[in-house]
Amino acid sequence: MDQSKWLGLAVSTGAVVVALILGGVILFLVGGNPVRTYIFMAKASFGSLGVLSDTLTKATPLILTGLACAIAFRMRLWNIGAEGQFFLGAFGASAVVLTPLLGADTSPWIMLPAMMLAGALAGALWGFIPGYLKARFDVNEIISSLMMNYIAIAWNNFFIFAVWSEGGFQMSPQFPRSAWLPRLTNYSQSAPILQGLTTHMGLIIGLVAAVIIWWIVFRSRWGYEIRLIGDNPRAARYAGINIARNTILVMMLSGALAGLAGMSEISGVVHRLQGSISPGYGFTGIIIAWLAKLNPLIIIPVSILFGALILAGREIQPSGIPTLLQGIILVSLIASDFLLRYKIRFTKRTQEA
Amino acid sequence: MESSVNAVEMKSITKRFPGVLANDAIDFTLRKGEIHALLGENGAGKSTLMNCLTGLYNAEHGAILINGDVMLFRSPRDAIAHGIGMVHQHFMLVPSQSVTENVLLGLDEPRFRLNLSHYDVKIAAMGKQYGLEIDPQAKIWQLSVGEQQRVEIIKILYRGATILILDEPTAVLAPQEIEELFKTLRVMAAEGKSIIFISHKLDEVMTIADRITVLRKGKVTASDVLVSGTNKAELARLMVGRDVLFELEKEQQTPGEIVLAIENLSAQNDKGLAALRGISLHVRAGEIVGLAGVAGNGQSELAEVITGLRRPTAGNVVVHGQSMVGERAAKVAPARVVRRIIDAGVAHIPEDRTHVGTAPNLSITDNLIMKAYREAPIAQGWAINHQKATETAESLRVSYEILAPTVETPARMLSGGNLQRLILAREISSEPKLMIAMQPTRGLDVGAIESVQRMLLAQRKAGAAILLVSEELNELIALSDRIYVIYEGEIMGEMKEAKTEELGLMMTGSRQVDSEKIDQGQRDNN
Ligand SMILES: Nc1ncnc2c1ncn2[C@@H]1O[C@H](COP(=O)(O)OP(=O)(O)OP(=O)(O)O)[C@@H](O)[C@H]1O
Ligand SMILES: [Mg+2]
Repeated sequence: MDQSKWLGLAVSTGAVVVALILGGVILFLVGGNPVRTYIFMAKASFGSLGVLSDTLTKATPLILTGLACAIAFRMRLWNIGAEGQFFLGAFGASAVVLTPLLGADTSPWIMLPAMMLAGALAGALWGFIPGYLKARFDVNEIISSLMMNYIAIAWNNFFIFAVWSEGGFQMSPQFPRSAWLPRLTNYSQSAPILQGLTTHMGLIIGLVAAVIIWWIVFRSRWGYEIRLIGDNPRAARYAGINIARNTILVMMLSGALAGLAGMSEISGVVHRLQGSISPGYGFTGIIIAWLAKLNPLIIIPVSILFGALILAGREIQPSGIPTLLQGIILVSLIASDFLLRYKIRFTKRTQEA
Repeated sequence: MESSVNAVEMKSITKRFPGVLANDAIDFTLRKGEIHALLGENGAGKSTLMNCLTGLYNAEHGAILINGDVMLFRSPRDAIAHGIGMVHQHFMLVPSQSVTENVLLGLDEPRFRLNLSHYDVKIAAMGKQYGLEIDPQAKIWQLSVGEQQRVEIIKILYRGATILILDEPTAVLAPQEIEELFKTLRVMAAEGKSIIFISHKLDEVMTIADRITVLRKGKVTASDVLVSGTNKAELARLMVGRDVLFELEKEQQTPGEIVLAIENLSAQNDKGLAALRGISLHVRAGEIVGLAGVAGNGQSELAEVITGLRRPTAGNVVVHGQSMVGERAAKVAPARVVRRIIDAGVAHIPEDRTHVGTAPNLSITDNLIMKAYREAPIAQGWAINHQKATETAESLRVSYEILAPTVETPARMLSGGNLQRLILAREISSEPKLMIAMQPTRGLDVGAIESVQRMLLAQRKAGAAILLVSEELNELIALSDRIYVIYEGEIMGEMKEAKTEELGLMMTGSRQVDSEKIDQGQRDNN
C-alpha cells in the first residue's frame, strides 16, 4: 500500500519534471532562455502577494472540478462532463439572482448559500442524466457526458444572448453586491495589506470540499462502496452493493462539485453570467484528478500548480508556453502510467527461433 | 547437450517483497526428463521461485543455469525463447478469440496472411500427440476450465518449450481431467521434456512425480526426495513442520430444522442454456450436505441462484421459511436480493476468489469488512470506524493465519492460498446460519485444509447449515452428513453413506437405483 502510494506520487512528480525539461528544450530550440523563462513564470505566479492571490483565485475552480473528476474516476466512471456541469452550475447560481428568485436586497447570508445550492443542484442534474443513462440503459458515460457539455454551453448562450442579455450584449447584467463571494480585498480597511487581493471565499469552499470528499472516500461507508465498485464490480455485486444506484449518486455528486465550481467562479470573480467563464476548467480537472492520483487532498497543491500555469500564460510571451507545458504534463503522465502498468518491449524479429 | 547436465539449476535464489522474504537462498535442481514436484505450504514461495525462473520477477541474488549455461531472463517471453514455459494458475487467454488465435498470439508467424486453417491442423495434430484434445476453432469462452488449461499447455508446447512449469494445474480440474493431464505429462516426460509440477495434493504428487523439493517459509526444507522413498505423512510434516492428521473426528449429531429449501429450481447459464433443471434439495441446521458432481454440471449456477447473484427461471429458494428469489421477489432489484440474502445470514465462499471474492487493489482490511461494513461495530452511522476495522482485520489475520506483512497490504500481493484464507476468515467469522461453500479447500496446503475442515465441522456443531460443493470426493465423504449428486442440472440421487464408486457412477449420469429418500424433509417439501 505504502509503496504503491509513494510510487504514484513519484510518477506524478516525475511527469511534472519531465514536462518542465521538455518545455525547456522547446524554449531553447526557439531561441529562448529556459531558466530565465521559468524564473519569470515562477515570479509571475508566486512572486508577490498579489500574484500569489491571483494564482489561488485561478486554482479555486480547479480544486472543485478536480474533485468532481476524482470522485467519479474512483468508481471508474469516466465523467468528462465537468465542463458542462460547471456551466450549468454557473447558470443555476445566476438564475437565483437574475430570475430573480431572491431580490437584490437579500442578505448575502441567504443569497450566497442559495446560489451555492442552486449551482450544485444544477450541476448534479447535469451529472444525473449520463449517470441515469448508464445505470438504466448502459449508455457509455464518456460519450453522454461529453455531449452534455455542448448542450450546457448552448443552454447558457441562450440565456446570455436572449433572456438575460444586458442591452443586447452577450452577457447578463452585473450581480448585486449581495451575490458576490467576499474577497480578501473587502477587508483591506482593517488590514491594508489585503488591498487589491482577489482571492475569494470560493477557495474556502474548495478546501472544505476537498476535506469532505477525502472523508467520504476513505472513511465513510459510501466511499467504501465506491472504492469497492471501482476496484472490482463483481466483488461489489457479491457483497450486495447496488451498483446502479451508486452510479447515479456518484455522477450527481461529481456534477454538484463541478456546479459549485461554476457558482464560485461567477460569484467570486466574474460577477455576471457570460460566455467566456471557463478556459476549460472542467477538462483541466481531468488532468488534475489524474495527477493527484485521485487523492482529494493532493488535488489542492496540484490545482495551485495549474493555477500558476494559467496565470503565467497571461504574463509571458509567447503565452502558449504554459499551455504547452500543461499538455506535456498530461502526455508524460499518461505515458509514465502506461509504461508502469505495461512493460513494452521492443524486440527484434526472432528469425532464428 | 550431454544428458548429464541438469535442465535447470537455481542457486541461492533470493527474492524479497516489501515486508516478506519470499525466497531465501533457495537451491533447486530439475533433471532432464523428470517430473519434479514443488511442495510447500501457502505462501512458502513456490510461485515466486518459478516467476524468478521465467523472468517475471528479478531475483535479487542467485544464479540460474539452463542446460548448464548461466541465464538471466528478462521476461517470460525471453524464457520461452529458451524453451521454458509456465502455465499460471490464472490463465491468460483472450476469451473472444479461438484456440488457434490464442496459441499464435504474440508470435511473429503468420507473417502476412492469416492462414488460420493451416495452423488449425497443426495445433490439432500437436494436441493429439500429447493427449490434449481440443477443437482449434472453438472460442475460449466456450471452453471449460480444463480445456482452457490444455490451450495454455499447447501454447507453450507450440513455442517449443522443453521445460514446463505447471503452477497448481490440478486445482481447477475434475478427477478425470486430472487423469488425462497426468497421461499428457507422462508422454511429455517420456519425450525428454522436464516438468515442474506444483500441487498441494499429496496423493497426486505421489502418483505423478519422480522427485520432490519441499519449501517452507521461503527456505528449502527437503530436496532430492525420491517419491519411492517417502510417504504422505512425511511430506506433510516437511511442509507444515508438524504432524498432520488425515482423519477427521466428526461427532454424531441430529440435524435441526430445515434452513435451506430449494424447490424445483431452474436457471440458465451465461450462454442462455439450461443449467439447472428443476432441482429440489434441502439442508438442515447442524448438517453438512455435500453436492457432488463433475465441474460444469450446474453447481456454480446453483450457488449463484442461492446467493442472489443469478435469477432463476423457475422455482424458489427458501431460507428459514423466507422466500428469497421466487416469483414474489422477481421484480426486486438484484442488488437488494443479494443484500437480503446476506442479511438472512447466508455466507458464500465463491468459486472464483480473484474475480468475485476479493478486490485486488484494496487492502486486506477492506477485503475483510466486505460483508460487515454495514453494521456496527465497523459501521458507525455513515462512517466506517477505521480503528475498529483495522483491529478486527488484525485479529482475523492472526487467527486465520493469513500470511501478509500488515493488514494494509493490498489483496493482490497475497499468495493463492492466503487469499483463500482471507475469504474463509471473512465468511466464517460472520457466524452464518447457512454457508454455501464452493471448493473451500481449493489451493490450500495440507495444514490449512485440515484447519478449514475443522472450521466447517465447528460451524456444523454450532448449528449452521452447510452446503458443500467440492470435487474432492474424499473430502465430501468425510465431511458430509448427506450427499446429493448433480448431473447436467439435475439431481441424480441422494446418499447417506456414500461410496466412491456409486458416487462416480451417478456423477456420470446414472440415476440412483433405489429411489428411497434418505431424509424426511424431502418428502415434506414435495
Ligand atoms: N507481488 C507481490 N508483492 C508482494 N508480496 C508478494 C507478491 N507475490 C508474492 N508475495 C508474497 O510472497 C510470499 C510467497 O508467495 P508465493 O505466491 O510464492 O507463495 P506460494 O508458495 O505460491 O503459495 P500458495 O500455495 O498459497 O500459492 C507470500 O508471503 C506472498 O504474500
Ligand atoms: Mg502460488
